[in-house]
Amino acid sequence: MEFLTESHYYRVMPFLFEGLVYTLMITIAGLLIGFVLGAIFGLARLTKNKFIYGIASIYVEVVRGTPILAQILFIYFGLPDLLEWNIDKVTASIIAIALNAGAYIAEIVRGAVYSIDKGQSEAGRSIGLNKSQTMRYIIWPQAFRRMIPPLGNQFIISLKDTSLFSVIAVSELLYMGQQYYGTTFAAFEALTMVCVLYLCITIPTSLYLRKVERRLDV
Amino acid sequence: MMITVKDLHKSFGKNEVLKGIDLEVEEQEVVCVIGPSGSGKSTFLRCMNLLEEVTSGDVYIEGDNLTDPKVNINEVRSRVGMVFQHFNLFPHMTVLENITIGPKKIKGHSKEKAEEEARPLLDRVGLQDKADVYPESLSGGQKQRVAIARSLAMNPKIMLFDEPTSALDPELVGDVLAVMKDLAQEGMTMVVVTHEMGFAKEVGDRVLFMDEGVVMEEDTPENLFDNPQNPRTQEFLSKVL
Ligand SMILES: Nc1ncnc2c1ncn2[C@@H]1O[C@H](COP(=O)(O)OP(=O)(O)OP(=O)(O)O)[C@@H](O)[C@H]1O
Ligand SMILES: [Mg+2]
Repeated sequence: MEFLTESHYYRVMPFLFEGLVYTLMITIAGLLIGFVLGAIFGLARLTKNKFIYGIASIYVEVVRGTPILAQILFIYFGLPDLLEWNIDKVTASIIAIALNAGAYIAEIVRGAVYSIDKGQSEAGRSIGLNKSQTMRYIIWPQAFRRMIPPLGNQFIISLKDTSLFSVIAVSELLYMGQQYYGTTFAAFEALTMVCVLYLCITIPTSLYLRKVERRLDV
Repeated sequence: MMITVKDLHKSFGKNEVLKGIDLEVEEQEVVCVIGPSGSGKSTFLRCMNLLEEVTSGDVYIEGDNLTDPKVNINEVRSRVGMVFQHFNLFPHMTVLENITIGPKKIKGHSKEKAEEEARPLLDRVGLQDKADVYPESLSGGQKQRVAIARSLAMNPKIMLFDEPTSALDPELVGDVLAVMKDLAQEGMTMVVVTHEMGFAKEVGDRVLFMDEGVVMEEDTPENLFDNPQNPRTQEFLSKVL
């Protein structure tokens, strides 16, 4: 027993749990904001208004066309440098996930809404619902169900993306692992446990998603 | 006049689909529209509640000009029921919710009031026991009857039907036509695009034969079916009858 509790696999865990809390917090807060952004920009990409469509497209293309590592550095070092403000690491990380996931979620939203049969909105409009009522009561609820699997997928992607924020020394999971082996030199043990903790979140999530997907298929 | 259509033109890009259509429909009248595929029947019907934008000409519903930007199109649509070939029921709602969504969201009725009014409609289409099921568990004929009840829930003055039985198995057609016949007998003003010549003969007050975006011939069912004047009508009827 002593052998076990003395091992690095065991002793690294308190650090990693602390990191996991940050990782989950950044991912969840970032995705909640990202979902709002994604819904707004995704719907904007469906309007006939060229200006609104253009703005939304620029956002989506800029985010999807640049690496998230550059995005976080831009938010944490670039913008504060230009605008002379201070931003803390966690806030910067949440913003980075929100902006990044927002662009991908915009595409998820757009695709899901677009996939709903045109007859649905025609039926809504022909009983007298206006455009926004038709979206809210008829199209969105159906589209949302189709968004669940890709949104879950985005959760897994964003969760892993937070590990890149170790470059700005935010105390997320990977960074905490690095901190541990920086002083103990137990890199193998620390990194093994880091990966195990990521997998503890990602594998159940993807199993659950597969179940949801099967249910939506029928 | 319940419906007045004047010199209606509709183009999709360069393709002119409706080439000047005039129509007047009186209160309680049942007008059936027949014609070959692609002749513009659906487009014509959809112009009557502005599901299609009108290219030129006018459409009046109870005197309101739909092409006038000042007219509240949502309000007009609530007076014009529309039944589609593929039902277009809302799959995420139960039958009862499908029927009550309009009254709840547009008329502002409470859930209780909307449901109370929906029950007799379900009776009327013979589906009282299906109130709480989802559309996916219904047959095509049952779906179409729910779609009719959903339209009726808004107390429309006019009902438009676009081939309401074309997607149904033959043995399910009768129930839907029976509901439509009841409606006609109760005095509903109806425009029905249909391939059911029997229905047009029995229930229609007037039949329009459309081809290539124009009304080629228009007459009582007796005259049009038994003694068509236009050679195109003769040719079409010889194929379908
Ligand atoms: N949204 C659209 N965009 C472009 N063309 C269209 C559109 N809707 C209809 N059309 C064209 O308009 C013409 C008339 O179509 P419409 O659906 O009104 O015919 P229909 O008489 O109802 O035929 P059917 O009996 O097959 O239903 C067709 O050539 C069709 O291709
Ligand atoms: Mg048609």
